[in-house]
Amino acid sequence: MTLASLLAQLLNGLAGASSLFLVAAGLTLIFGVSRVVNFAHGSLYMLGAYVAWTSVAWFGRGPVGFWGGVLLATLVVAAIGALVESLLLRRIYAAPELLQLAATFGVVLIVRDLTLATWGAEDLLGPRAAGFAGVVDLFGRATPTYELLLIVVGPLVLAGLWWLLVRTRFGVQIRAATENRALVGALGINEARLFTQVFALGAGLAGLAGALQLPREPANLGMDLAIIAEAFVVTVVGGLGSITGAFLAALLIGLVKALCVVVGTVEFGGFAIAFPKLTLVAEFVVMAIVLAVRPYGLLGQPAVIPATTPVAEFRALIRPPGRRSLAAALALAAVAALLPFTGDEYRLILATDILVLAVFAASLQFLMGGGGMASFGHAAYFGLGAYGAALAFKHGAPMAFALAAAPAAALVGAVIFGWFCVRLSGVYLAMLTLAFAQIVWSIAFQWDAVTGGSNGLVGIWPAPLLADKRDYFWFVLTLAGAALAAIAWLAQTPLGYALRGSRDSALRAEALGIDVRRTQWMAFAIAGTFAGLAGGLHVFSKGSLSPETLAIPRSVDALVMVLLGGLNAIAGPLLGAAAFTLLQDGLARATDYWRAVLGAAILLIVLLAPMGIGGALQRLFARGAR
Amino acid sequence: MTEPLLAVTGLRKAFGGVAAVDDVSFSVAAGEIVALIGPNGAGKSTCFNLINGQLAPDAGSVRLGGTAIGGAAPRAIARLGVGRTFQVAATFASMTVRENVQLALLAHAGAQHQIGRRATTALAAEADALLEQVRMARFADQGCATLAYGDAKRVELALALANAPRLLLMDEPTAGMSPNSRNRMMQLAADLARQTRVAVLFTEHDMDVVFGHADRVIVLDRGRIIAEGPPAAIRNEPRVRAVYLGDDEA
Ligand SMILES: Nc1ncnc2c1ncn2[C@@H]1O[C@H](COP(=O)(O)OP(=O)(O)OP(=O)(O)O)[C@@H](O)[C@H]1O
Ligand SMILES: [Mg+2]
Repeated sequence: MTLASLLAQLLNGLAGASSLFLVAAGLTLIFGVSRVVNFAHGSLYMLGAYVAWTSVAWFGRGPVGFWGGVLLATLVVAAIGALVESLLLRRIYAAPELLQLAATFGVVLIVRDLTLATWGAEDLLGPRAAGFAGVVDLFGRATPTYELLLIVVGPLVLAGLWWLLVRTRFGVQIRAATENRALVGALGINEARLFTQVFALGAGLAGLAGALQLPREPANLGMDLAIIAEAFVVTVVGGLGSITGAFLAALLIGLVKALCVVVGTVEFGGFAIAFPKLTLVAEFVVMAIVLAVRPYGLLGQPAVIPATTPVAEFRALIRPPGRRSLAAALALAAVAALLPFTGDEYRLILATDILVLAVFAASLQFLMGGGGMASFGHAAYFGLGAYGAALAFKHGAPMAFALAAAPAAALVGAVIFGWFCVRLSGVYLAMLTLAFAQIVWSIAFQWDAVTGGSNGLVGIWPAPLLADKRDYFWFVLTLAGAALAAIAWLAQTPLGYALRGSRDSALRAEALGIDVRRTQWMAFAIAGTFAGLAGGLHVFSKGSLSPETLAIPRSVDALVMVLLGGLNAIAGPLLGAAAFTLLQDGLARATDYWRAVLGAAILLIVLLAPMGIGGALQRLFARGAR
Repeated sequence: MTEPLLAVTGLRKAFGGVAAVDDVSFSVAAGEIVALIGPNGAGKSTCFNLINGQLAPDAGSVRLGGTAIGGAAPRAIARLGVGRTFQVAATFASMTVRENVQLALLAHAGAQHQIGRRATTALAAEADALLEQVRMARFADQGCATLAYGDAKRVELALALANAPRLLLMDEPTAGMSPNSRNRMMQLAADLARQTRVAVLFTEHDMDVVFGHADRVIVLDRGRIIAEGPPAAIRNEPRVRAVYLGDDEA
């Protein structure tokens, strides 16, 4: 390795850090004022790239087309941001964080399909930046001038934001709203307008970043989730709400990634470790170290612990299920056991899916409803289970062992990730879980030799005894039924109550001698284990798996199922899984744009029925019983 | 007398350069009822947070029965026998009143992580006895989120008592109650303290409650102790009247 190649990589890392900073700065700015973590921020970034591409297509590759496109992208995306804020987010500022995150994810799905409909599924190759197409000689190496320009953009934007926040009336208002919500009203600030403006500003930054990225990366439909996961890492490391923190974190992560590439492949006691492939893992290590030392990021402020949960949904009295619930569950299981006799194989496949997903959703509900911890990366455990089972099977383990490997692998992951996650709460926790899931995903995606990379693994079929779809269904029915019963039982035990107590009032729980973190950590382990079991059952029912099994959309599926079914309804996971599976099955057959419909459905739930199907049914029964 | 149950020496805590608690020293003996009073922002709740471990002191020591506890975690301090109520009542909103107490009893028994039994059938009789003590038995099946504020404070007291405390910290225990209930609530705490020799430290803005029930009063102003003594002496202390009672008694 030469000094020159080191420098080249450093410059590359810094250039990447700039665009990451722009996205993260917008995210953090919006969070500071509105307390909403905007999952759709990556979608705005993606739109920026597409709008810039269109500008170049219309006005040519010259300065007008390109730089005009950058400006246009910034403005258009800012306008879209303002629109989203005033149409949607404004209605959910008072909603629980969890529902806010879910709603912004609904926006992600809708934007994705709108982009698909407008620009098509092909990657759109961007032009070189007008005026910055060449290279300069730097330390004897040709360095693209555009990289240098990008490196300058980050600090420039930081300086601009500083000036804005410190010198202008608008900035004073933003700081007032960020530091003390009560001040906003007291200072006579028009809150609604301020929020819209801040959202437009943040969105504009994302649009700008997306447009500037175009010469480095074709506009594509994967940009939204790819950048949001990284932006989450940056904001969490920097400290939510801190722009300077975001800048430092982006630099830190950019540099660490560059170092990974420079180090290259290293022989390590017989193992060859390809560091360039481990950039995402390196981000994780940076994040883990920072959070272990400073749980609220480099420049973040610890959240004030409220006396009791401020989440309205979590204040409702939860009654333990009675005999009627037990009877209903048994009756349902008996009816389900008869399903194979109808002879409809497709129905059987759907029913198997529903059972597997119900376990997956129940594990998340245990964590999220009972524990108040919103895991936005629950697919990690499902995927660890699936890969654990598949890999064990591929290495010759019989099915029983392979299936046992599923919860075991997920348990290990949940114990490690959970250790970090329970140190945080609320949106921090949600973002961290998502970041962890992305890391697992990137390992599955990049480690070709073991995981089969993007192709995944195939030929994972049940033992001959269960080879018949009907037998496998009964097998799943038994295991899933037992798992659902176990999760429902756990919620009734002292551990379940200690967990819910920690959610209701961490202060009170601690004052009674309950170790809140340890309780939550145990919940993580339990939830992960059951999600892993679901993953194992899943892979044997499909016969194959790919990194999709643990990608972000799968995590969101789990969230949607829990929300659909109801956060604290005992039958919620099953209802949610059934509704979701049937809805998706129907939609996917009816339209190519089923994601957008699903996104719209999420928005509807959040806006109209935050208690979910299960919650509504429970209320109905309670009324009937009275 | 031997070492007091609670001994606080040179306690200090600053928030962003401003000292909320500044060189505070006092002690509370077993069975003694001590009131910590002072105007808003004097540092009373911060004192409590330092004693029960919610905050780590910048300087000074907190000793409980001879053991240094300053800076330990709240749960560890709770295990050593410190119960507390909060200024803003902290109960488990999604549970019934009885379940609240059951969970507190389970935690006291170290059984909070058991998975072999139902929480709702555990220690029910003990829970009901505690609720009887704080006169909340008839609300046992009601959800905690729907209680009147004064009733939530009573539940909190039951939760703190479930821990069989040696030291009871009560932050404004009678806020939100009618004058009659205030006196009953404090009488209840006072009786308990004297019967079981629990040390009680409480803050209170209602001077009738303070002078009616405290054995000793400590007056805090801007983080410092400005007076300490029996109620009768405090009532007539000029500095106290100036910063605190001025409007009340004039
Ligand atoms: N977590 C905190 N962060 C920053 N400042 C704090 C914090 N807790 C308390 N303070 C400040 O410390 C000072 C003392 O507050 P404290 O709550 O202890 O007063 P108090 O005597 O309990 O008042 P009150 O009678 O209003 O309850 C106040 O100025 C308060 O603003
Ligand atoms: Mg106070």
